[in-house]
Amino acid sequence: MLARTADNLYWFARYVERADHVARIIEATSRLAALPRAYGGATSEWESALISSGVIERFNETGKEINESNAIAFLVVDTDNPSSIHSCMEAARRNARAVRTALTIETWEAVNAAWLELLRYERERAKGRGLERDDLGRFLALVKKMALDVDGSAYRMMLRSEAFYFMRLGHFVERADNTARLLDVKYHVLLPDNEAVGGSLDYFQWSAILRAVSANTAYHWVYRESVKPWLVADLLILRAEMPRSLTACYENIVRWLDLLARDYGRQGKAQRHAHAMLAKLQAADLKIIFQNGLHEFIEGFIADNDRLDIVMAEQYLVH
Amino acid sequence: MTKLSETGFFDEMGADAAPREVYARLARWLQDTPPEVLASRRAQAELLFRRIGITFAVYGDKDAAERLIPFDIIPRLFARSEWSRLEQGLFQRVKALNMFLTDVYGKQEILAAGIVPRDLVLRNPGYRPEMAGFRAPHDVWVHIAGIDVIRVDDQDFYVLEDNARTPSGVSYMLENREAMLRLFPDLFMDHRVAPVDDYPDRLLSSLRSVAPYSAPSEPTVAVLTPGQYNSAYYEHSFLADKLGVELVEGSDLFVHDNIVFMRTTTGPKRVDVIYRRIDDEFLDPLAFKPDSVLGVPGLLAAYQAGNVTLANAVGTGVSDDKAIYTYMPEIIRFYTGEEPILKNVPTWRCREDEALAYVLDHLPELVVKEVNGSGGYGMLVGPHASKNAIAEFRAKLKHDPSNFIAQPTLSLSTCPVSVESGVAPRHVDLRPFVLSGANGMVSLTPGGLTRVAMKEGSLVVNSSQGGGTKDTWVIDDA
Repeated sequence: MLARTADNLYWFARYVERADHVARIIEATSRLAALPRAYGGATSEWESALISSGVIERFNETGKEINESNAIAFLVVDTDNPSSIHSCMEAARRNARAVRTALTIETWEAVNAAWLELLRYERERAKGRGLERDDLGRFLALVKKMALDVDGSAYRMMLRSEAFYFMRLGHFVERADNTARLLDVKYHVLLPDNEAVGGSLDYFQWSAILRAVSANTAYHWVYRESVKPWLVADLLILRAEMPRSLTACYENIVRWLDLLARDYGRQGKAQRHAHAMLAKLQAADLKIIFQNGLHEFIEGFIADNDRLDIVMAEQYLVH
Repeated sequence: MTKLSETGFFDEMGADAAPREVYARLARWLQDTPPEVLASRRAQAELLFRRIGITFAVYGDKDAAERLIPFDIIPRLFARSEWSRLEQGLFQRVKALNMFLTDVYGKQEILAAGIVPRDLVLRNPGYRPEMAGFRAPHDVWVHIAGIDVIRVDDQDFYVLEDNARTPSGVSYMLENREAMLRLFPDLFMDHRVAPVDDYPDRLLSSLRSVAPYSAPSEPTVAVLTPGQYNSAYYEHSFLADKLGVELVEGSDLFVHDNIVFMRTTTGPKRVDVIYRRIDDEFLDPLAFKPDSVLGVPGLLAAYQAGNVTLANAVGTGVSDDKAIYTYMPEIIRFYTGEEPILKNVPTWRCREDEALAYVLDHLPELVVKEVNGSGGYGMLVGPHASKNAIAEFRAKLKHDPSNFIAQPTLSLSTCPVSVESGVAPRHVDLRPFVLSGANGMVSLTPGGLTRVAMKEGSLVVNSSQGGGTKDTWVIDDA
């Protein structure tokens, strides 16, 4: 397969996943920020949303005040923000168009339809109507549906070969990054001793994290008890059955990389690096992670995840 | 026996009372089908094409969604006997085009014989001096030819233009058929239409056959596109998909030791045949336009070294320009020793005194074209021109006669088209796609791109000016 095609497929999947993540962050934050101050509702939630989307520095460069309307504008439609939903969808569509024939018609239509909807939403918004929350809500739901359609159509229809593997890899590398960043923003409320300090005040923070990754129900099925911060961390870092956990992401990354290696008849740096990361996660103990510092652990993970991106490019994209 | 509609043009279906035999069943069907059924099928077709159109539209500008190429739901019919005659004529013509190119870049016998003026060939903008002395692999230059053909009566086909560079439109031939199969399954059962969907297979085996002699028995083929911002990008990706080969951009290829490679996930992979949809000038910045970012540095050298086949070959433009066109009957006679089966539209070469005198006398009824002009620039359409415009053109013509040719106003045939008010005749032309491979293999898919001037009375079939398309059926004689 052309290296460019593999690159386009990989980034196509990454941008779709990132758009979905930003949409979920906005939804969870809107809900949290609407709570009374005593329950954690505060404008600092929008700051967290900007941090966990990895764009706080860029936002600060604009010199604008951090509030709901500015943060949402920046996260949804701002073309100066490379991780805004607009930028993600534009990049996803650009990448998809370049490899149009490697995708199914349904996959392409899912992206294209969402893009046209984005343009419509932006036109309405420019008329001063878009800020209405139910309009935004409908749009965010559509972004999430696009991600589902892309995933679903690929899963149901694509040939299981390198094109599919590169898309899956993009999907899970991005997802691991998103989950890690989300955890990092909230790591202080997840520390075990925080329960006593924060008490019920942080309960809604934890719920918001779970909501951002659609894991409220999953949490209760897995632990069968009320939301405890260290269990939220356990769920999102170590639990292999939780599809957004770091472990689950790496189980998948290892799987698709191994299939690539099988088809190409050659293992490489990328396989070794991913296997090492998975082994580390599988051997990890939450207590020890907390002892050594959750923040440091996550920072280390994000760096290692970025490193995978680089070794994959060296192995498959640039010769 | 020519049947003319009341407008004086040859109508391919014929008069209502007595349709031509090939159209008998379709004419009956059109009479029996209530207008509302046709209308609903038209709406259905539009829906179908909007779906595809979404993919078409993306590759143009933002408003392309509104600029879908109109599709007419009534098929255009050819009887197999008519088609066979056309096919023979096309094979003869394409064979002559290939021999002409072999000759003008080789021994130049046709120039020595004085059949075509030397200047006209060697100073032609389509002539590539870089290719002089080059032998195209298997002596095939025009691997894919789109020969534009019109009918003026039920006997003769006239060639309007030979497209020997990178003719486009074949994706419409295939997409239109898919749409028709969904819309009118019964009509297909009635007519037993020759299928077109083997075109990609024919193309692939044709391309493989012309691989360099040194290539492996399973040569690697790729389609080279200028990229996703090109207006024909959809067709490029469509063809690569149907052929099952990689769609590459210039940056995906590189040349090492005169061998072309593509960059793949498992390292460099050698490419043997490139179906290029990039013009000559942009192919190789080292040989042609130095600022071209679409091409591949060193590609021409690799080609000249015989390590890769380019389809179509470099330099085919010299065979399809308007000045050379006028010599096509002589060119065919010279190389094949046969009389041309397909006619040329009668053309006056203004470089010849007698012709010039005639043209100057008849300007109001002629179409005068610059030999190297295209897209309707530098053209006089006599019947539609003002007295001033004619006077102005007369001066230009006298000043530089050899730069012009003149033709009668064309009477393109008409076909029934489904319009708001019912069924009405509209003017059409036809672009069949002729493939040339190694060992004299020529192939024509029974069908092609029929272009329709959707506006009443209009003779302009170009899609940029409101032209549409319709499916072209070759059916067995009754």
